[in-house]
Amino acid sequence: MTDVSVFGNVAKDIQTKSILEPDARTRRRNAAEARFRLWGAIAVALGVLALVGLLASIFSNGLSSFRQTYVTLDVFLDPAKLDKDGSRDPASIAKVSTFGYTPLIEKALAEAMAAKGISVDGMNAKAASELISKEAPASLRNHVIANPSEIGETVSFDLLASGRIDGYYKGRVTMESAALDRNTSPEQLQLAERLKEAGILTTRFNWDFFTAPDASDTRPEASGLGVAILGSAYMMLIVLVLSLPLGVAASIYLEEFAPQNRFTDLIEVNIANLAAVPSIVFGILGLAVFINFAGLPQSAPIVGGLVLTLMTLPTIIIATRAALKAVPPSIRDAALGVGASKMQSIFHHVLPLAMPGILTGTIIGLAQALGETAPLLLIGMVAFVREYPAGPPDGFFDPASALPVQVYNWTQRGDPAFVERASGAIIVLLVFLILMNLIAIILRRRFERRW
Amino acid sequence: MSVGLIFLVVLVLAAAGYFVGRARALSLSAQSGRKLHSLPSYYGQTVALFIAVPAFFVLIAWLFIQPIVIDSRVNGMVPDSVIPDGGARSLVISDVRRIANGLDAVLSRDAIDESALTDGSIDFSSIRGRLADVGVALVGDVPTEVFEAAKAYRQGAKFGNMMMTVAVLLVAIAFGAWSYTWIRPDMRARNISETFIKALLIASSTVAILTTAGIVGSLVFETINFFKMYPASDFFFSTVWNPQFRGGSDLGIWPLLWGTLYISLIALLVAVPIGLMIAIYLAEYASKAVRSVAKPMIEVLAGIPTIVYGLFALITVGPFLRDYFAQPMGLGSSSSSVLTAGLVMGIMIIPFVSSLSDDIINAVPQSLRDGSYGLGATQSETIKKVILPAALPGVVGAILLAASRAIGETMIVVLGAGAAAKLDLNPFEAMTTVTVKIVSQLTGDTEFASPETLVAFALGLTLFVITLGLNVVALYIVRKYREQYE
Repeated sequence: MTDVSVFGNVAKDIQTKSILEPDARTRRRNAAEARFRLWGAIAVALGVLALVGLLASIFSNGLSSFRQTYVTLDVFLDPAKLDKDGSRDPASIAKVSTFGYTPLIEKALAEAMAAKGISVDGMNAKAASELISKEAPASLRNHVIANPSEIGETVSFDLLASGRIDGYYKGRVTMESAALDRNTSPEQLQLAERLKEAGILTTRFNWDFFTAPDASDTRPEASGLGVAILGSAYMMLIVLVLSLPLGVAASIYLEEFAPQNRFTDLIEVNIANLAAVPSIVFGILGLAVFINFAGLPQSAPIVGGLVLTLMTLPTIIIATRAALKAVPPSIRDAALGVGASKMQSIFHHVLPLAMPGILTGTIIGLAQALGETAPLLLIGMVAFVREYPAGPPDGFFDPASALPVQVYNWTQRGDPAFVERASGAIIVLLVFLILMNLIAIILRRRFERRW
Repeated sequence: MSVGLIFLVVLVLAAAGYFVGRARALSLSAQSGRKLHSLPSYYGQTVALFIAVPAFFVLIAWLFIQPIVIDSRVNGMVPDSVIPDGGARSLVISDVRRIANGLDAVLSRDAIDESALTDGSIDFSSIRGRLADVGVALVGDVPTEVFEAAKAYRQGAKFGNMMMTVAVLLVAIAFGAWSYTWIRPDMRARNISETFIKALLIASSTVAILTTAGIVGSLVFETINFFKMYPASDFFFSTVWNPQFRGGSDLGIWPLLWGTLYISLIALLVAVPIGLMIAIYLAEYASKAVRSVAKPMIEVLAGIPTIVYGLFALITVGPFLRDYFAQPMGLGSSSSSVLTAGLVMGIMIIPFVSSLSDDIINAVPQSLRDGSYGLGATQSETIKKVILPAALPGVVGAILLAASRAIGETMIVVLGAGAAAKLDLNPFEAMTTVTVKIVSQLTGDTEFASPETLVAFALGLTLFVITLGLNVVALYIVRKYREQYE
């Protein structure tokens, strides 16, 4: 009887119209379907938009750091000031501090302005010379110490313009903001415009950004990534040399030899957990074990490299094991069948076939390590380092910086010009990452075999 | 000899051992007319392994032990009287180390003879200025005992270094010679070298265990030190975080934990709906072309370093939220806020949710879908009523993994969340997290053996336990779920 009554209820809803004409309920359900689908599409669009927004923000802020404003001046290297005893001895020239060079630049600028007939009301020679970076006398001094024979001659130099003038040509500083700024004035900007018309002041590609060391808070225009790139390269070298053999060896054991027992399980659980430990905890480990216990120096690439090695190992082990697993057992069986030992079958046959997969995993692990910041902060890589580390292996123990840490460092500075520098450094970092990932993709495409 | 040079010498010795061992095996077999048990190269390999591996172990062990031995000896030379009031012994010892390193630099720069140090013709007053020249600036008066200790430290390091060179090379040569004399045509060289290599493989796979042990050991050890100086009950139950340079700090974990959880919650509120919908759309609706473009783009989000997100939060998202939401609504004027960090972190963990959920949705058997369609359900009804319930455990696992990632994240919150530790509900306020405080307490200038620094280890341990717990639960759920359909 129940069946009949149920049937009767349903029967009331049964369509009496054509099936091609949907009723209200079907329309509702179809609308819900379309809505749900739309939500999905919106979510995907949001995800892609987030990526685009992120990259657009970084690039719009950072691309200008690859251009830099320079003032080209003919500086007379006055022997009366730079080399009083006339010996041309680098040691005695070095006694003249950077303050001794400032008047030379001031004079050269005044002469250049006079020659081109440029003058701006309310600007004396001293105020005009503030157009030029405080770093300029130091670089002039370094040049003279390196080339003492040029003393007494007039040499043409490209001197850095000050950060505010540089910012004016990148749209960061305007006449209005300059009027409120203690470090520059609208008059200076007008003068800069006149100098640009006269061809003395130019904005061009900034090679120094890749080679120069960091600079102090007040000289953003002179800061560069040289030490950071070198430090990162050293650390990547250490990570590669240590984690690739260790990771491959561990994977071979776990995948090919390890018996099913407690010890193997312990290792497996450990590797799975290490992959999920927050990176900052590795920094604490580095500080406690490598610096406080083993007494390795702070801020040194060796400590950073060791910490990043431990972080990268799980990635490499997981990738290597997947690659080893992908080699079909028939290869091993064939090798064993013609009399190879187990070790021979693995090292002569399985490992070479798994190599593309292993290298791909290694490069991806290295790319992760390259972008890692938090553990490096704890082992003292935030220190202000202006000296280039020595060549390897001694340089591994010298203080250095790293690309992502340099970004962090610059975000902590007051001058807004450092935001541009930090974004520029990120672009450099991203370019390295893209290159590494491209290599990994090409390796995979070209050498990966499907069995 | 420097470590690098010793390393190279041992490598060269090993390479030489390979050829010598191989040649000896061949000549012995030619003399006696007996066939070799293994291929000739295995005899060389055995000798090379015996030269290199024990020597490297000695080298590494020596590098670890020498500083400890020297430190303890120098420690004995520094009497308690020279330790300043309120200062720590470890600071004096680190001064000793710095002076010792500075002396090296002074000697090499000024070309002073080694003997000048020992015969006392250079005393501390004359060398102080020179130390400053090479970048070792000393604060306050350094007593002569410390200077003497620094000289002893230097001597000890020098002597230790020499002994290390001798010991490593001796071990290399002794083991090499021993394995060399061992070579006979019937020696099972392949088996020996393979056993050796297998031992090395096992040793490398224990690195994972050692790392975990190192992490747990260092965290627990320093946390115990911390709790000796600061009561554990205050740490776990106090709601005030207020570290002071001169002691008397309040170091309650709750404000930090609250900030961490609040930011992670916002991140999950952003990432879970978006990530789940992305996974559903890509798995169920998207055409092949859309999927092949959108999936990698979403996954790129996971490959971008967190410092990039941090900068994004600092220069774009933070000011945007402040100018268009917080200030017009009168909710705050800080560009670093819980919402800034939460939003950006949400973007970062979208791919963690979406990729794993995508895999899990794909793992739901097609028969379930077909059954649902056969009953007349629309696609969205099938997803909501059949696929999601079936995939729920796996999705929960994915969300837990994302949560653990969010809780342990550092750079986004360092740059985006601010440094003020407070218990507040306003998402436009700057708050701080456990990870931010680990960074700030360990990178500050406070001395190491103070509760203000050591608290970082207790925070680290808390963080480690929370993320590990979340991960274990998540992996358990995901694994259990996978078994269901296999």
